Amino acid sequence: MIRLDGVEKTYRTRRGDLVRAVEDVTLHVEENEFVTLVGPSGCGKSTLLRLVAGLTPVTRGAIRVRDTAVSEPFTDVGFVFQQPVLLPWRSVLDNVLFSVEMLGLEPRQYRKQASDLLELTGLGGFETKYPRELSGGMQQRVAICRALLPDPSLLLMDEPFGALDAMTREEMSLELLRVWEERRKTILFVTHSIPEAILLADRVVVMTARPGRIARILEIGLPRPRTIESEFDPRFKAASDEVRSLIFARRAATR
Amino acid sequence: MIRRRIVGDYLVPAATLVGVLVAWEAATHAFRIPRFVMPAPSAILAEGWDWRYRFLGHAWVTLYETLGGFALSIVVGVPLAVLIVYSPTLKNALYPLIVLAQSVPKIAIAPVLLLMLGHGEIPKVIVAFLVAFFPVVVDTATGLAATPPELLDLSRSYRASAFKTFLKVRLPMAMPFFFAGAKVAITLSVIGAVVGEFVGSDKGLGYVILSATSYWKTELAFSSMILLSVMAIVLFGAVALVERLVCPWLAPAGEE
Ligand SMILES: Nc1ncnc2c1ncn2[C@@H]1O[C@H](COP(=O)(O)OP(=O)(O)O)[C@@H](O)[C@H]1O
Ligand SMILES: [Mg+2]
Repeated sequence: MIRLDGVEKTYRTRRGDLVRAVEDVTLHVEENEFVTLVGPSGCGKSTLLRLVAGLTPVTRGAIRVRDTAVSEPFTDVGFVFQQPVLLPWRSVLDNVLFSVEMLGLEPRQYRKQASDLLELTGLGGFETKYPRELSGGMQQRVAICRALLPDPSLLLMDEPFGALDAMTREEMSLELLRVWEERRKTILFVTHSIPEAILLADRVVVMTARPGRIARILEIGLPRPRTIESEFDPRFKAASDEVRSLIFARRAATR
Repeated sequence: MIRRRIVGDYLVPAATLVGVLVAWEAATHAFRIPRFVMPAPSAILAEGWDWRYRFLGHAWVTLYETLGGFALSIVVGVPLAVLIVYSPTLKNALYPLIVLAQSVPKIAIAPVLLLMLGHGEIPKVIVAFLVAFFPVVVDTATGLAATPPELLDLSRSYRASAFKTFLKVRLPMAMPFFFAGAKVAITLSVIGAVVGEFVGSDKGLGYVILSATSYWKTELAFSSMILLSVMAIVLFGAVALVERLVCPWLAPAGEE
């Protein structure tokens, strides 16, 4: 569904310097595949998501989504960021409806679906609350509902649970998997957490820093649906050891 | 809990105020302070009551000048803020001018303006506007620029037009900032109007203060000052009320 071929992105900073954020990234993602990206901070993970969404142009190489070259934003995509970035003046329900509204659709026709999504993510009954009346985890659930409402076939998630405490984080990962089992889509998911990357993914893409490159792509053979128990599977430990050694070996080498 | 709040929020300040007034009244009698130096509160009140009908006309003029200047500061300030935020070129062109306009002491401009525009209310409206528009521009521009970049990315990824993004995201996001500026602006507008009246006028509370002091009628000057303060407080409260109505999400969360 997504094909990145030899993608490079070089930014020009305001002072005029060139910063190569990612280099030579080749990655093919299948329809309905769950792919996670792990790597040190600054290795270009956010950049990759923005490139795939067409928010910023590639410097070299090509990106195709469903056989169409990406040159500008396209609407079949949902975005979730590290911060929920909800609209503080809108109720929870109206925040969820924001996506269809910005897409130019008629929000009234999506009210029922928005409520259903809130129900699905455990936020039933919170429709009329303001975001600031919700905890961080609940706000992030609203942001996920907002991304899911137009039912995009591609979901780009940039460290969506990165600002949450460890317990909420694990809960949210399992919840996301549950939602994903129910409404399949292609997910590109950036994370700092190695266990999270493995628990969620069909494949884990390990990146190295400066400039960001793909170090290795790991197939995660753990059976689905996954639960907390999956973390006790020996394959889980093997995968996480491998990811860890890839990241730390590079770090030691560059020191 | 609620009782403690009533005592703390209202009773303590009210008691302090009454205490000060009583001490003031007593001091003017005990030390025989001449009334043109420091009139007793009772004398101020009596004079104000005497003037109640004449005050109405003067207060109206000052109110009109204040509101005119305030309205102008918003009508000019908000579009200026939008231009500054959306166009880096205009920002570079306008910011120095705005800062320059702000750094000239308004009291120094007032006589020149009156010279140029003559008498009447319009020059006072313009002085009030000049004093008030800076916080409106700066705060609104800050608010418009405060939208998280992720939200702008999100809007772009939904292919929403820049205008739609402005209307649905940036403008509401800037509202609390705008109101912070507007609350400063309304207070400054009162000052601007009075400064304009000081420089040359035959109407308004500023004029009453000025002419009262030149005839040693200190009671009258004091009662005009009090009326002016009440007006400023009421206007501030009105802006704060509009803010609460426009931005209900800012109200403190209800405790249950
Ligand atoms: N708009 C930009 N202008 C200049 N440099 C940028 C920009 N965005 C990102 N970068 C740089 O590109 C590199 C990768 O950034 P990013 O994609 O945010 O990494 P990550 O998400 O993995 O932390 C960093 O060195 C960052 O400073
Ligand atoms: Mg990032």
